[in-house]
Amino acid sequence: MKRAAFDEIWGHGGPQASGPELEALARWMRETPERELGRRLQSAEATFRQLGITFAVYGETEAAERIIPFDVVPRAFLADEWERLSRGLIQRVEAINAFLNDIYGERRILKENILPPELIWGNPQFRSEVVGIRPPHDVWAHICGIDLVRTGPDEFWVLEDNARTPSGVSYMLENREAMIRLCPELFRQMRIAPVDSYPDLLLETMRSVSPNGCVRNPVCVVLTPGHFNSAYYEHSFLADSMGIELVEAADLLVDDDVVYMQTIAGRVKVDVIYRRIDDDFLDPLVFRPDSMLGVPGIMAAYRAGNVTLINAPGNGIADDKAIYSYMPEIVRFYSGGEPLLPNVETWRCREPQALKYVLDNLDQLVVKLVDGSGGYGMLVGPTASRAEIEAFRAALVAEPHRYIAQPTLALSTVPTMTDKGLSPRHVDFRPFVLTGSGGVKVVPGGLTRVALREGSLVVNSSQGGGTKDSFVLLPDTPAPAGSKQQQSQGGMPQTQGEG
Amino acid sequence: MRIEVEHHSRYRFTEPQARVVQLLRMFPDDTDNQTVVAWRIDVDCDARLRESRDGYGNLTRMLYAEGPLETIGITISGEVLLSDNPRRLEGADEPLPPAFYLRTTPLSAADAAMTAFAQEAAGSGDDQVRTARIVEALHGRFTIERRRGDGVLPAAEAFAGERASPRDLAQMLVACVRVIGLPARYVSGYSLGGCARRERPAPHGWAEVYLDGQGWQMLDPTVGGAPGLDYVRVAAALDSAGAAPISGTRIGHGDEELDVDVAVGLLGRER
Repeated sequence: MKRAAFDEIWGHGGPQASGPELEALARWMRETPERELGRRLQSAEATFRQLGITFAVYGETEAAERIIPFDVVPRAFLADEWERLSRGLIQRVEAINAFLNDIYGERRILKENILPPELIWGNPQFRSEVVGIRPPHDVWAHICGIDLVRTGPDEFWVLEDNARTPSGVSYMLENREAMIRLCPELFRQMRIAPVDSYPDLLLETMRSVSPNGCVRNPVCVVLTPGHFNSAYYEHSFLADSMGIELVEAADLLVDDDVVYMQTIAGRVKVDVIYRRIDDDFLDPLVFRPDSMLGVPGIMAAYRAGNVTLINAPGNGIADDKAIYSYMPEIVRFYSGGEPLLPNVETWRCREPQALKYVLDNLDQLVVKLVDGSGGYGMLVGPTASRAEIEAFRAALVAEPHRYIAQPTLALSTVPTMTDKGLSPRHVDFRPFVLTGSGGVKVVPGGLTRVALREGSLVVNSSQGGGTKDSFVLLPDTPAPAGSKQQQSQGGMPQTQGEG
Repeated sequence: MRIEVEHHSRYRFTEPQARVVQLLRMFPDDTDNQTVVAWRIDVDCDARLRESRDGYGNLTRMLYAEGPLETIGITISGEVLLSDNPRRLEGADEPLPPAFYLRTTPLSAADAAMTAFAQEAAGSGDDQVRTARIVEALHGRFTIERRRGDGVLPAAEAFAGERASPRDLAQMLVACVRVIGLPARYVSGYSLGGCARRERPAPHGWAEVYLDGQGWQMLDPTVGGAPGLDYVRVAAALDSAGAAPISGTRIGHGDEELDVDVAVGLLGRER
């Protein structure tokens, strides 16, 4: 832990040590006066405020709408890095879809004893309401936001698989637009893959999974819980950029197991719904009866195969914390190969050997409640007091099955504008992965979140995190696909979460 | 044994409703224990019905009705042939394994008092014996209100009272059996209770408990033990809400009132 964290631009060697591929970016950082960078930052913030890309911090009395701070220094992936990363993401998302199709269908993975069954049956994320449903083309997780961290040149780790309603893609698109406007010289000096095809790809994905027997021009909509939702901007942004309707539950009705949108011209049959409402609130007849956000009958229409819901209800079982530690086994089971993207090493305290290791190393580990969220029930060993550690020790001994433990990772950094000029700050990364009838596609970019406080590893926007543009460099000369793949085979380290 | 069932549900709204969408779980399925000879549904307004099956394997219908609606009446009538051995459920559609029914829900959760009660009542012994003791203890603890027609209480709330409807008892039994680590589910249906004909303001409710090597056993805390031969099984779920005959939503203001009449009659023995 003594060595400085890996820097995405400067590597391990400090400001002069960028590789040749990133020399243009390093030069830009050296040569652009900091005052100029500061001016551009302010201009970006003014634009974001004008656009209304704000979020409300829950629990604040004033409920002030804030904008998520934007940083003008991008992070950049080299073409071959991205190629390897993409293959890992595709493999992972294919496995997630195969797992969902299996666990709500045949359950081969349980018959072959790959997962402990109680992990599924006792898990509230396994939804009986979905049992027996097969979505078109067996696609469940149409949009995945896989959270990654990086600790070295070739060391990427999956932190979380978001397969329900991952948000943040509007930042990917808006940040890029801001960068093109504010720093056009970068786009002349570097060959950067465009991200603006995302809305088209998303619409193509939606259309490709329209219900069987649907006419050529399926009607697609975005369903939002409403303008009070913190991601409302993104919902309207996506509907707008795809050129489809943004609807609320009150705009939809179900008759005879068919979903209609109520328009001035009358009822219009809806074929595909990108819903940004959680499962619990989707249909008061099937899920929470007190939901005011949902559409009564929508699950019947879905079960009857008359409408496609994106993402599929029930996906929570695939990105659940308790399932996470089994993802390497899940990927191996469905892909038949070794996982290209490793999990963060995870000790399952339900296993006696793992528990012993965790108890012996509490001061160095992060311990998490399997069924907790939002940082509750979490121990960060290196910064915890002795009393906190002892309290966790007692809890672990009493109910080991409720806990997992992970090492504290040295997250990579990217130079970031601060009050004192450019300085390294820790980042994570959320690429967006789309799955339609034609397979899995990774958009060359994503959301980079940055912890703006010095030394902080917390990138959440509610806790002082910001965002950056994420460049993916295009390959110099389009190499034949075959040779490229050969090169990058086995580039990812294999680490298993067994304690 | 051949049984006939008539089940009337009538909603009255204080103001006309623009739309009503309901999920009906009022359709018994064939099992080794019962054969549905005839079963029909009548709705007294213009409505569209769609047949399906839910995640538990229950037969369902969606009902869609356009307003203005001041009332809506649903009548179920049918005949079921029952086998001579209804105590163990066989041949039912089971999309979920018994282990799924170990999970609890807000309605079927036991509080501390119930947990203590269940453990003490069960004592030691094999699972069948322990379950039977819980059924007896529940039966003995409450004054049973057989003619109560309103909804089913959450288990812990019902346990705090002194009187309980048959369906409250079923919900409590499900909660108590899960306390001792056995899979249990709430069952909604009809029973004669040994009479030739009986009328009630609600369908009946009982429980099924899964015992290793013996399968799903039917248990009725209202009679304090295994049920008689006259039970028609309609829907089963983790709790009473999941097996409720009607879950409904409506678009419109005002309140609603629900009247239910259930009549079950014996049609005479076969053979």
